[in-house]
Amino acid sequence: MEKIYLDYSATTPMAKEVVKAMEPYFSEKYGNPSSLHALGKEAKDALEKARSSLAKSLNAKSVEIIFTGCGTESNNLAIKGVAFANRDKGNHIITSNIEHPAVLNPCRWLEKQGFKVTYLDVNKEGLVNPKDVEKAITKDTILVTIMHVNNEIGTIQPLAEIGKICKKKKVYFHTDAVQGFGKLPIDVKKMNIDLLSASAHKILGPKGVGLLYVNHNVKIEPIQHGGGHESGLRSGTENVAGAVGFAKAIEIAKDMKKEMEREKKLRDKLINSLLKIEGSRLNGSRTERLANNVNVSFKGVEGEALLIRLSQERLQVSTGSACSSKSLEPSHVLTAIGLTPVLAHGSLRITLGRYTTEEHINHAINVIPKVINSLRKISPF
Amino acid sequence: MALEYNKKVMQYFLNPKNVGEIKNPDGVGKVGNLTCGDVMWLFVKIEKDKIKDIKFKTLGCAAAIATSSIITELAKGKTIKDALKLSNKDVVKALGSLPVIKHHCSLLAEEALCEAIYDYLRKKKRPIPKFLEKKHQKIKKAGNVCK
Ligand SMILES: Cc1ncc(COP(=O)(O)O)c(C=O)c1O
Ligand code: FES
Repeated sequence: MEKIYLDYSATTPMAKEVVKAMEPYFSEKYGNPSSLHALGKEAKDALEKARSSLAKSLNAKSVEIIFTGCGTESNNLAIKGVAFANRDKGNHIITSNIEHPAVLNPCRWLEKQGFKVTYLDVNKEGLVNPKDVEKAITKDTILVTIMHVNNEIGTIQPLAEIGKICKKKKVYFHTDAVQGFGKLPIDVKKMNIDLLSASAHKILGPKGVGLLYVNHNVKIEPIQHGGGHESGLRSGTENVAGAVGFAKAIEIAKDMKKEMEREKKLRDKLINSLLKIEGSRLNGSRTERLANNVNVSFKGVEGEALLIRLSQERLQVSTGSACSSKSLEPSHVLTAIGLTPVLAHGSLRITLGRYTTEEHINHAINVIPKVINSLRKISPF
Repeated sequence: MALEYNKKVMQYFLNPKNVGEIKNPDGVGKVGNLTCGDVMWLFVKIEKDKIKDIKFKTLGCAAAIATSSIITELAKGKTIKDALKLSNKDVVKALGSLPVIKHHCSLLAEEALCEAIYDYLRKKKRPIPKFLEKKHQKIKKAGNVCK
């Protein structure tokens, strides 16, 4: 039975064009970009071409793009790298409490190394107030790191406003744009972003390649040392095929405006239909929300049970329920926007993407109420 | 992680047995699991000290629903005394296996059954075995009894 994939924020399938673009770099074009011979040059050229396209998509310079192994690594390099390089200036970092663990955990680790971290609260919709950022900045602040788009509830943060404040206060601004890159336009210059993390596998690219944009004025140290690849910030023989695939993916994403409008229509159809189910509520903002994201809670059902039953009905989705997490704690994002554990318990995340069709959404609209009803028959509430 | 469930667990989760409530039950056990917010209600009908009928309602994960369902099957027809001997280990064994992280869900089933029998004995003003009283107090203290 054909599965219906509606979990694009977890990862995406690779576009056929991406696979095709990468293939030569696994087979005949296998050179090491550091080698001086023809095969090496061929690989180096491909790597630099990829770097250049990715840089252009952000309005950055090629030298400002560092290839990494994933979004998680980009975040680690940005946060730890800036923290350690700027210890003489201060030891304070500002972030939000709805960041991905790939930001929260490097921050927590830095706390153990003597840094101070402020975790800003968000409002009920999941938005950071730029004024809170401004208020939290002290003379010791060296870095503000606020995500672009939240991976669970799709909230889009006011990056440009935060960027402006950071520029005024002369504090570095990093954003984890893993969910927004390739879906929303980003201009790092206009938005005053100093560092930005992105990952290929969220935008039809391959797993195992990410990037960190680092403005050329930023003082940063590597966290991985070696042969000095990637301007010395990320040693290790480059993933040429991955970089080529990433560049192809961002090329495909050029029509993002049109694509996002398409997804938004489908998304809204789905949200409107799910909210008709009794005891449901939308989590996150209705307006400041990425066009691909649905996050709804249902009373009287538990997310993991819901997810498995939906999987039986071909739907591949996700949940923030405590039962589904290794820690048996509900999603920190849902808790941060004020959901009670009971509501977080019954949360369902559905994320659309490039290959989502109207039929897929209709199937979801058809199946979800049925599954919820059947679980509610088992439930005391 | 969801897919680590074995076939039997999946069967009981997808087609649980003895779902529902019993009208005028002889005993009711309502327990909750504070770890993740799950709730189980268990209803029993008792005749000649034997569990004549038993039904459940559960809000919880697939493991919680499967363990709820199978404990009703294990308990049905048993004497009160034997039913009280059922532990979450028996539940897990009956299902073949459960992911380790899901063992706490099976505890819910054991506790609900004890509470239902406790409720029955209390209503009938019959003596409550010491171990059962102790267990009841423990469940209550842990806050695992739902109102
Ligand atoms: C917001 C956000 N940041 C970081 C990551 C980690 O990216 P990667 O899987 O490439 O390490 C993810 C992926 O789930 C994410 O959604
Ligand atoms: S009921 Fe929450 S983990 Fe099983």
